[in-house]
Amino acid sequence: MANLLFYIFAFLTVVCAALVVVNKNPVNGAMFLLLSLVGMAGLFVMLDAALLAFVLLLVYAGAVVALFLFIIMLLDTRPESLKPFKKLSILASTVGGALLLLGVYSLSHRVMLSSAAPVGPAPTLKNYAEQLFTTYLLPVQVVGFMLLIAMLGVIVLSKKFAPVEDAK
Amino acid sequence: MLDGEAPAAIGLNAYILISLLLFVIGFIGVLLRKNTLVIYMCLELMLLASTLALVAFSRFNGTLDGSVFVFFILTIAAAEVAVGLAIIVALFRKRHTVQVEELSALKN
Repeated sequence: MANLLFYIFAFLTVVCAALVVVNKNPVNGAMFLLLSLVGMAGLFVMLDAALLAFVLLLVYAGAVVALFLFIIMLLDTRPESLKPFKKLSILASTVGGALLLLGVYSLSHRVMLSSAAPVGPAPTLKNYAEQLFTTYLLPVQVVGFMLLIAMLGVIVLSKKFAPVEDAK
Repeated sequence: MLDGEAPAAIGLNAYILISLLLFVIGFIGVLLRKNTLVIYMCLELMLLASTLALVAFSRFNGTLDGSVFVFFILTIAAAEVAVGLAIIVALFRKRHTVQVEELSALKN
Protein backbone atom coordinates (compact mmCIF):
# COMPACT_ATOMS: atom_id res chain seq x y z
CA MET A 1 0.00 0.00 0.00
CA ALA A 2 2.73 2.42 1.02
CA ASN A 3 4.72 1.42 -2.05
CA LEU A 4 1.78 2.11 -4.31
CA LEU A 5 1.32 5.53 -2.72
CA PHE A 6 5.00 6.28 -3.21
CA TYR A 7 4.79 5.40 -6.89
CA ILE A 8 1.69 7.53 -7.37
CA PHE A 9 3.22 10.56 -5.68
CA ALA A 10 6.57 10.13 -7.41
CA PHE A 11 4.86 9.82 -10.78
CA LEU A 12 2.74 12.90 -10.11
CA THR A 13 5.78 14.93 -9.04
CA VAL A 14 8.10 13.98 -11.87
CA VAL A 15 5.56 14.05 -14.70
CA CYS A 16 4.13 17.41 -13.66
CA ALA A 17 7.66 18.81 -13.32
CA ALA A 18 8.40 17.65 -16.86
CA LEU A 19 5.17 19.27 -18.03
CA VAL A 20 6.26 22.56 -16.41
CA VAL A 21 9.31 22.47 -18.63
CA VAL A 22 7.65 21.53 -21.91
CA ASN A 23 4.52 23.67 -21.65
CA LYS A 24 4.40 26.60 -24.04
CA ASN A 25 2.00 28.60 -21.92
CA PRO A 26 3.43 29.88 -18.60
CA VAL A 27 0.01 29.78 -16.93
CA ASN A 28 -0.28 26.05 -17.61
CA GLY A 29 3.30 25.71 -16.39
CA ALA A 30 2.41 27.34 -13.08
CA MET A 31 -0.59 25.04 -12.71
CA PHE A 32 1.56 21.98 -13.30
CA LEU A 33 4.06 23.33 -10.79
CA LEU A 34 1.18 23.35 -8.33
CA LEU A 35 0.36 19.71 -9.07
CA SER A 36 4.01 18.79 -8.76
CA LEU A 37 4.05 20.46 -5.35
CA VAL A 38 1.07 18.39 -4.27
CA GLY A 39 2.96 15.24 -5.21
CA MET A 40 6.01 16.49 -3.34
CA ALA A 41 3.90 17.15 -0.27
CA GLY A 42 2.67 13.57 -0.49
CA LEU A 43 6.28 12.36 -0.58
CA PHE A 44 7.01 14.48 2.49
CA VAL A 45 4.09 12.86 4.32
CA MET A 46 5.49 9.45 3.41
CA LEU A 47 8.81 10.56 4.93
CA ASP A 48 7.05 11.27 8.25
CA ALA A 49 7.35 15.01 7.73
CA ALA A 50 3.68 15.93 7.62
CA LEU A 51 4.39 19.32 9.13
CA LEU A 52 6.84 20.14 6.37
CA ALA A 53 4.30 19.00 3.77
CA PHE A 54 1.85 21.41 5.32
CA VAL A 55 4.35 24.26 5.27
CA LEU A 56 5.30 23.41 1.69
CA LEU A 57 1.71 23.59 0.54
CA LEU A 58 1.09 26.81 2.47
CA VAL A 59 4.22 28.62 1.33
CA TYR A 60 4.63 27.30 -2.20
CA ALA A 61 1.10 26.54 -3.36
CA GLY A 62 -0.41 29.35 -1.36
CA ALA A 63 2.09 32.12 -1.86
CA VAL A 64 4.69 31.36 -4.50
CA VAL A 65 2.50 29.94 -7.26
CA ALA A 66 -0.12 32.64 -6.65
CA LEU A 67 2.64 35.24 -7.00
CA PHE A 68 3.80 33.60 -10.22
CA LEU A 69 0.28 33.70 -11.61
CA PHE A 70 -0.07 37.37 -10.69
CA ILE A 71 3.16 38.25 -12.43
CA ILE A 72 2.24 36.20 -15.52
CA MET A 73 -1.04 38.09 -15.56
CA LEU A 74 0.76 41.43 -15.30
CA LEU A 75 3.29 40.75 -18.02
CA ASP A 76 2.44 39.90 -21.55
CA THR A 77 2.75 36.23 -22.41
CA ARG A 78 3.62 36.17 -26.05
CA PRO A 79 4.55 32.75 -27.34
CA GLU A 80 8.25 32.13 -27.15
CA SER A 81 10.40 32.92 -30.10
CA LEU A 82 11.95 29.91 -31.72
CA LYS A 83 15.38 31.28 -32.39
CA PRO A 84 17.85 28.45 -32.71
CA PHE A 85 20.30 27.93 -29.89
CA LYS A 86 23.93 28.79 -30.19
CA LYS A 87 26.37 25.96 -30.80
CA LEU A 88 28.20 26.61 -27.55
CA SER A 89 25.04 26.49 -25.46
CA ILE A 90 23.94 23.28 -27.20
CA LEU A 91 27.29 21.72 -26.35
CA ALA A 92 27.19 22.96 -22.77
CA SER A 93 23.66 21.74 -22.15
CA THR A 94 24.43 18.35 -23.69
CA VAL A 95 27.46 17.90 -21.47
CA GLY A 96 25.65 19.12 -18.36
CA GLY A 97 22.60 16.96 -18.98
CA ALA A 98 24.76 13.93 -19.71
CA LEU A 99 26.69 14.42 -16.46
CA LEU A 100 23.51 14.67 -14.44
CA LEU A 101 22.00 11.62 -16.14
CA LEU A 102 25.22 9.76 -15.38
CA GLY A 103 24.66 10.69 -11.74
CA VAL A 104 21.14 9.27 -11.90
CA TYR A 105 22.42 6.08 -13.54
CA SER A 106 25.21 5.53 -11.05
CA LEU A 107 22.85 6.21 -8.17
CA SER A 108 20.33 3.70 -9.37
CA HIS A 109 22.85 0.99 -10.25
CA ARG A 110 25.90 1.27 -8.05
CA VAL A 111 25.20 3.01 -4.79
CA MET A 112 23.52 1.05 -2.05
CA LEU A 113 22.20 3.49 0.48
CA SER A 114 20.73 2.01 3.60
CA SER A 115 17.04 1.44 3.37
CA ALA A 116 16.51 0.80 7.05
CA ALA A 117 14.94 3.67 8.86
CA PRO A 118 16.38 4.12 12.34
CA VAL A 119 14.17 5.38 15.08
CA GLY A 120 14.88 9.02 15.77
CA PRO A 121 13.01 11.73 17.56
CA ALA A 122 9.43 11.77 16.40
CA PRO A 123 8.88 14.66 13.96
CA THR A 124 6.14 16.27 15.95
CA LEU A 125 5.43 19.96 16.15
CA LYS A 126 6.82 20.00 19.67
CA ASN A 127 10.16 18.52 18.63
CA TYR A 128 10.46 20.92 15.72
CA ALA A 129 9.72 23.86 17.97
CA GLU A 130 12.24 22.67 20.52
CA GLN A 131 14.95 22.49 17.85
CA LEU A 132 14.00 25.83 16.37
CA PHE A 133 14.05 27.68 19.66
CA THR A 134 17.10 26.08 21.21
CA THR A 135 19.70 24.82 18.75
CA TYR A 136 18.66 26.98 15.83
CA LEU A 137 17.63 30.14 17.63
CA LEU A 138 20.18 32.37 15.91
CA PRO A 139 19.34 31.17 12.38
CA VAL A 140 15.65 31.77 13.10
CA GLN A 141 16.42 35.36 14.04
CA VAL A 142 18.62 35.81 10.98
CA VAL A 143 15.91 34.41 8.72
CA GLY A 144 13.41 36.79 10.27
CA PHE A 145 15.66 39.72 9.44
CA MET A 146 16.15 38.30 5.95
CA LEU A 147 12.40 38.36 5.40
CA LEU A 148 12.24 41.96 6.58
CA ILE A 149 15.09 42.95 4.27
CA ALA A 150 13.48 41.11 1.35
CA MET A 151 10.20 42.89 2.00
CA LEU A 152 11.88 46.29 2.03
CA GLY A 153 13.86 45.38 -1.06
CA VAL A 154 10.74 44.38 -2.97
CA ILE A 155 9.02 47.64 -2.00
CA VAL A 156 11.99 49.64 -3.23
CA LEU A 157 12.27 47.60 -6.42
CA SER A 158 8.64 47.78 -7.40
CA LYS A 159 8.05 51.42 -6.51
CA LYS A 160 8.17 53.89 -9.32
CA PHE A 161 10.39 56.75 -8.24
CA ALA A 162 9.77 60.12 -9.79
CA PRO A 163 12.90 61.63 -11.27
CA VAL A 164 14.60 63.69 -8.62
CA GLU A 165 14.12 67.42 -9.12
CA ASP A 166 16.82 69.89 -8.29
CA ALA A 167 16.62 70.53 -4.61
CA LYS A 168 16.46 74.25 -4.32
CA MET B 1 6.98 -3.48 9.75
CA LEU B 2 7.51 -7.21 9.48
CA ASP B 3 10.96 -8.45 8.55
CA GLY B 4 9.63 -10.31 5.54
CA GLU B 5 8.32 -7.10 4.03
CA ALA B 6 11.43 -5.02 4.60
CA PRO B 7 13.13 -5.50 1.20
CA ALA B 8 10.00 -4.38 -0.61
CA ALA B 9 9.79 -1.12 1.35
CA ILE B 10 10.80 2.10 -0.31
CA GLY B 11 14.31 2.97 0.72
CA LEU B 12 16.43 6.08 0.70
CA ASN B 13 17.60 5.21 -2.81
CA ALA B 14 14.19 5.73 -4.34
CA TYR B 15 13.72 9.14 -2.76
CA ILE B 16 17.14 10.32 -3.84
CA LEU B 17 16.41 9.06 -7.33
CA ILE B 18 13.19 11.07 -7.48
CA SER B 19 15.05 14.09 -6.16
CA LEU B 20 17.77 13.72 -8.80
CA LEU B 21 15.20 13.33 -11.55
CA LEU B 22 13.46 16.50 -10.43
CA PHE B 23 16.80 18.32 -10.35
CA VAL B 24 17.62 17.16 -13.88
CA ILE B 25 14.21 18.24 -15.15
CA GLY B 26 14.63 21.67 -13.58
CA PHE B 27 18.15 21.96 -14.94
CA ILE B 28 17.05 21.11 -18.47
CA GLY B 29 14.25 23.62 -18.16
CA VAL B 30 16.63 26.37 -17.08
CA LEU B 31 18.84 25.60 -20.06
CA LEU B 32 16.17 25.23 -22.71
CA ARG B 33 13.45 27.72 -21.92
CA LYS B 34 13.69 31.37 -22.93
CA ASN B 35 10.90 32.91 -20.91
CA THR B 36 12.36 34.34 -17.69
CA LEU B 37 9.30 33.37 -15.67
CA VAL B 38 9.46 29.75 -16.76
CA ILE B 39 13.19 29.69 -16.04
CA TYR B 40 12.37 30.93 -12.57
CA MET B 41 9.80 28.16 -12.07
CA CYS B 42 12.41 25.61 -13.12
CA LEU B 43 14.82 27.10 -10.57
CA GLU B 44 12.14 26.54 -7.95
CA LEU B 45 11.88 22.93 -9.08
CA MET B 46 15.62 22.47 -8.55
CA LEU B 47 15.34 23.99 -5.09
CA LEU B 48 12.47 21.65 -4.26
CA ALA B 49 14.50 18.67 -5.44
CA SER B 50 17.26 19.52 -2.99
CA THR B 51 14.63 19.97 -0.29
CA LEU B 52 13.28 16.47 -0.94
CA ALA B 53 16.80 15.04 -0.69
CA LEU B 54 17.35 16.82 2.62
CA VAL B 55 14.11 15.52 4.10
CA ALA B 56 14.86 11.98 2.92
CA PHE B 57 18.39 12.02 4.36
CA SER B 58 17.13 13.46 7.61
CA ARG B 59 14.44 10.79 7.86
CA PHE B 60 16.82 7.94 7.17
CA ASN B 61 19.42 9.28 9.56
CA GLY B 62 16.93 9.48 12.37
CA THR B 63 17.55 13.14 13.11
CA LEU B 64 15.44 16.24 12.75
CA ASP B 65 18.23 18.59 11.67
CA GLY B 66 17.62 18.19 7.96
CA SER B 67 13.93 18.85 8.35
CA VAL B 68 14.62 21.96 10.39
CA PHE B 69 16.98 23.10 7.65
CA VAL B 70 14.16 22.65 5.15
CA PHE B 71 12.17 25.19 7.15
CA PHE B 72 14.90 27.73 6.53
CA ILE B 73 15.15 26.81 2.86
CA LEU B 74 11.42 27.34 2.42
CA THR B 75 11.62 30.73 4.11
CA ILE B 76 14.55 31.86 2.02
CA ALA B 77 12.87 30.52 -1.13
CA ALA B 78 9.77 32.57 -0.44
CA ALA B 79 11.84 35.73 0.02
CA GLU B 80 13.86 34.91 -3.08
CA VAL B 81 10.76 34.46 -5.21
CA ALA B 82 9.38 37.79 -4.08
CA VAL B 83 12.60 39.66 -4.85
CA GLY B 84 13.18 37.83 -8.14
CA LEU B 85 9.70 38.49 -9.43
CA ALA B 86 10.01 42.15 -8.45
CA ILE B 87 13.23 42.31 -10.45
CA ILE B 88 11.51 40.67 -13.43
CA VAL B 89 8.68 43.20 -13.26
CA ALA B 90 11.16 46.08 -13.06
CA LEU B 91 13.02 44.61 -16.03
CA PHE B 92 9.80 44.30 -18.00
CA ARG B 93 8.97 47.93 -17.29
CA LYS B 94 12.30 49.02 -18.74
CA ARG B 95 12.67 46.62 -21.67
CA HIS B 96 9.10 45.43 -22.43
CA THR B 97 10.16 41.83 -22.78
CA VAL B 98 10.95 38.84 -20.59
CA GLN B 99 12.64 36.73 -23.24
CA VAL B 100 16.21 36.06 -22.23
CA GLU B 101 17.73 36.36 -25.68
CA GLU B 102 16.46 39.93 -25.98
CA LEU B 103 17.91 40.92 -22.61
CA SER B 104 21.47 41.28 -23.77
CA ALA B 105 22.25 44.83 -22.69
CA LEU B 106 25.26 43.72 -20.67
CA LYS B 107 26.82 41.83 -23.58
CA ASN B 108 30.11 43.18 -24.96
